[in-house]
Amino acid sequence: MRHTLAVLVENNPGVLARVAGLFSRRGFNIDSLAVGRTDDPAISRMTIVVEGDNRTLEQVTKQLHKLVDVIKITDVTEEPHVERELVMVKVLADRAARLEIMQIADVFRAKIVDFGPKTLTLEATGTEEKINALEEALRPYTIKELMRTGKIAMLRGAKYTTVK
Amino acid sequence: MKVTGAEALIKALQDEGVDTVFGYPGGAVLPIYDALYDSGLNHILTRHEQGAAHAADGYARATGKPGVCIATSGPGATNLVTGIANAYMDSIPLVAFTGQVVTSLLGRDSFQEADITGITMPITKHNYLVEDPKDLTKVVREAFYVATTGRPGPVLVDIPKDISSGETEYHEPSPLCMPGYKPPTSGDIDLVNKAAAAIMASERPVIYAGGGVISAGAHRELKKLAELMVAPVTTTLMGLGAFPEDHPLSLGMLGMHGTRYANYAVCECDLLLAVGVRFDDRVTGKIESFASQAKIIHADIDPAEIGKNVPADISIVGDLKKVLQQLLERLEAKLPGAWLEKVKKWKKEYPLNFEPGQRIKPQQVIKEIYNVTKGEAIVTTEVGQHQMWAAQYYTYTKPRSFITSGGLGTMGYGFPAAIGAQVGCPDEVVFDIAGDGSIQMNIQELATAVNYELPVNVAILNNGYLGMVRQWQELFYNRRYSHSEMINPDFVKLAEAYGAEGYRVEKAADIKPVLEQAVKSSKPVMMDFVVEQEENVVPMVPPGEALNNMLG
Repeated sequence: MRHTLAVLVENNPGVLARVAGLFSRRGFNIDSLAVGRTDDPAISRMTIVVEGDNRTLEQVTKQLHKLVDVIKITDVTEEPHVERELVMVKVLADRAARLEIMQIADVFRAKIVDFGPKTLTLEATGTEEKINALEEALRPYTIKELMRTGKIAMLRGAKYTTVK
Repeated sequence: MKVTGAEALIKALQDEGVDTVFGYPGGAVLPIYDALYDSGLNHILTRHEQGAAHAADGYARATGKPGVCIATSGPGATNLVTGIANAYMDSIPLVAFTGQVVTSLLGRDSFQEADITGITMPITKHNYLVEDPKDLTKVVREAFYVATTGRPGPVLVDIPKDISSGETEYHEPSPLCMPGYKPPTSGDIDLVNKAAAAIMASERPVIYAGGGVISAGAHRELKKLAELMVAPVTTTLMGLGAFPEDHPLSLGMLGMHGTRYANYAVCECDLLLAVGVRFDDRVTGKIESFASQAKIIHADIDPAEIGKNVPADISIVGDLKKVLQQLLERLEAKLPGAWLEKVKKWKKEYPLNFEPGQRIKPQQVIKEIYNVTKGEAIVTTEVGQHQMWAAQYYTYTKPRSFITSGGLGTMGYGFPAAIGAQVGCPDEVVFDIAGDGSIQMNIQELATAVNYELPVNVAILNNGYLGMVRQWQELFYNRRYSHSEMINPDFVKLAEAYGAEGYRVEKAADIKPVLEQAVKSSKPVMMDFVVEQEENVVPMVPPGEALNNMLG
C-alpha cells in the first residue's frame, strides 16, 4: 500500500541527501518526493509517497525519526486531507488536433501556458488520479514532454502537520 | 575575546571535559594542531588514522566517556571511515574531527579533498560541516550531546582550514536547541505494567541482554532483576560483562558460537526478556524458530530496533536503567523451579569443551590469561576464531571488561582499541587477544604503544591461517583453503624492532610463566602462541539454521 508522509525537517545543508540516502540504503522505495520551505524559512517540508506494507512503513518512520534534522513525521494517508500535484505537458498539436486538445484542457480545468507553432503546453493541478486521467486523455496526441512535481498534502480542518 | 576557530575548538573540547584525544596531523588540521601544542590536552599520536579512530573507540568503551579523534582532510579523513563505521555498528560515543580544504576550494577536487560528511552520512549518528568559525562552539556542544545521549554513536565534525584559522569572538555556546532530537527517558507505564505481568505469569523465563545494558550503565539493575525473576541470563557478544558470568544464573553467550545451554534455553523459554539488544542474525539464526515458544518483551532505547528483525509482544522504549528500575518496582520475587533445574542440567551436560592436543590449544591460552589476570583484565580482541574463543573461555564479571568489534567485525580493531583502553585506564591490565591475520592489520600501532610507554599485552593465537575463513572453507567449501593460509613474519623480532618485548610460546608449560612475565612488564609485550592449526570454534550454528541445530 502507498502512504503519504508529511515530514518537517530543519532546513540544514544536506538534509535532502540524508533523507534520500536513508531510503536507498534501507531498501525503501520513494514513489514521489516534494520539498520546499514552510512559512518558517528555517523549516522545510517534505511530502514523501512511499510504497510498502505496514511493517516497512513503521521502519521508514522510525528510521526517519533517528535523523537529527527530522522534526516531525505525519502519515496523512488515513486522515482527511487535500492533496495536489502539478503537471506540465507538451503535446504535439497540428491544426486538426488543437481544438480537441483545448477541449480536453477545458474538461480537466487545465491551462494552456504555451502556444507553439507545432505544440501546446498544458498546466494542470489536481489529485494524482486526475493528473493520471489527463495524461491518458492526451496520450493519443503524442506527448513530447511531461513533468510532474510529486504530491503535496495538507490535513483538512483544524488538524496540522506543523511543529506547533 | 578574539580567538581563532582552532582555539575556540580546543576550548569547547575542554568545556566538554575532554582530556585525551587520538590523532594524526596533516595540512588541513595544522591550525588545530598549533592550538593543541600548548593546550594541555593529552594527544596520542597513532601511526595510522584508523588506529586513532579505534583507539578513541576503545577508550570510550573502557571508560564510558566519549572518545575523540582528529585527522586531516582527504586520506586522513577516509582512513577514519572503518573506525567510524565500527563505532556506529556498536553504538559507541565517538566524536571525530576532520580537517577540510578551505571553503573557497570546496567541491573543486582540490588537493586532499574528500567529501567526508557525504561519505560518513550512513555511518554516523549525525555529522557537521562547519561553515563559520562562530558556529564551532555550538557544533562541538551538539556533537558531544548527540554522541553520548540516547543510543550513543559516532558524530563527525568537518572543519575547513579557513574556519579553524579564522578569527571569531569566543562566546559560551547558547543552550542546545535541537527540535528534531529527543532521546527517550523512562518507559511507558502501561507497557511496563504489561511486561511485569507477563514476567510474573511466566514459567520458563530467559533474559537476553546486550551492549545496551552496558552503555546504559544498567548492569546492577539487570542482576537484581535476574535474581528476582530467577531467570537465567544469556548475553550477546556485545553484552559480555553486563551480567557476571560466574553467577549461577549466567548462561554465557548465545547465538552462532554461543553455549549449547544458552541456545537450548532460548529455544524452550516461554518468556524472553530482550534488553538492549537488536536481534542480530548472528544471534537469532533462523529467525522463524528463534524463541518460537516465547512471549517476547523487547526493551531498548532505540524505537527503530523494536520489531526490526523479530516482532515483539510487548515493547518498551526507554533508557534501560530507568526501564529496569521501573520493572523492579513492579515485580515480586519468584521461586526457583523446574525450569532452573532443567537449565542447570543442560549446563552440566553440555559444557564448553576442548580436547588437549600435541600443540597448544588456543582455548587453553585464553583460560590461562583468565587465571593469570584473575579475571580482572580489560580484554580486547580482533575478529575471527580467537575472538569467539575469547568470548567463550574468559569469564567476564564486570561491564567494560570485554572490548570487541561486534557489529562490523573489524579485523585490526583490537590492538588500537587496547591502546585506547590502556590510555583511559592506566592502572588496569590490558590484553589484546589476536589472531596472526588480524594483528597485522594495525601492527604499526606497536610504535604508538612503545612511544607512550603503554604496557599493553598482545596474545597472538598463531595458527598460520585466517582461522575463521579456513573453518568455513573446511565446513562449507569442501576444505578448499583458498588464500587463507599465511606466511607470517617473526613476531618476536618484529616486537623487538619496535622496542617492545616479544616472546614465542610453543609448549603448554610455558604459557603461564610468559603471561606472568608480560603482566609484570612495564613495556608493551607481544606474545606469539603457536597453536593447533586446524582447531574449530564450536559449538556452531550453521548460518540460517535454528539455534538448537548446533555442530560440535
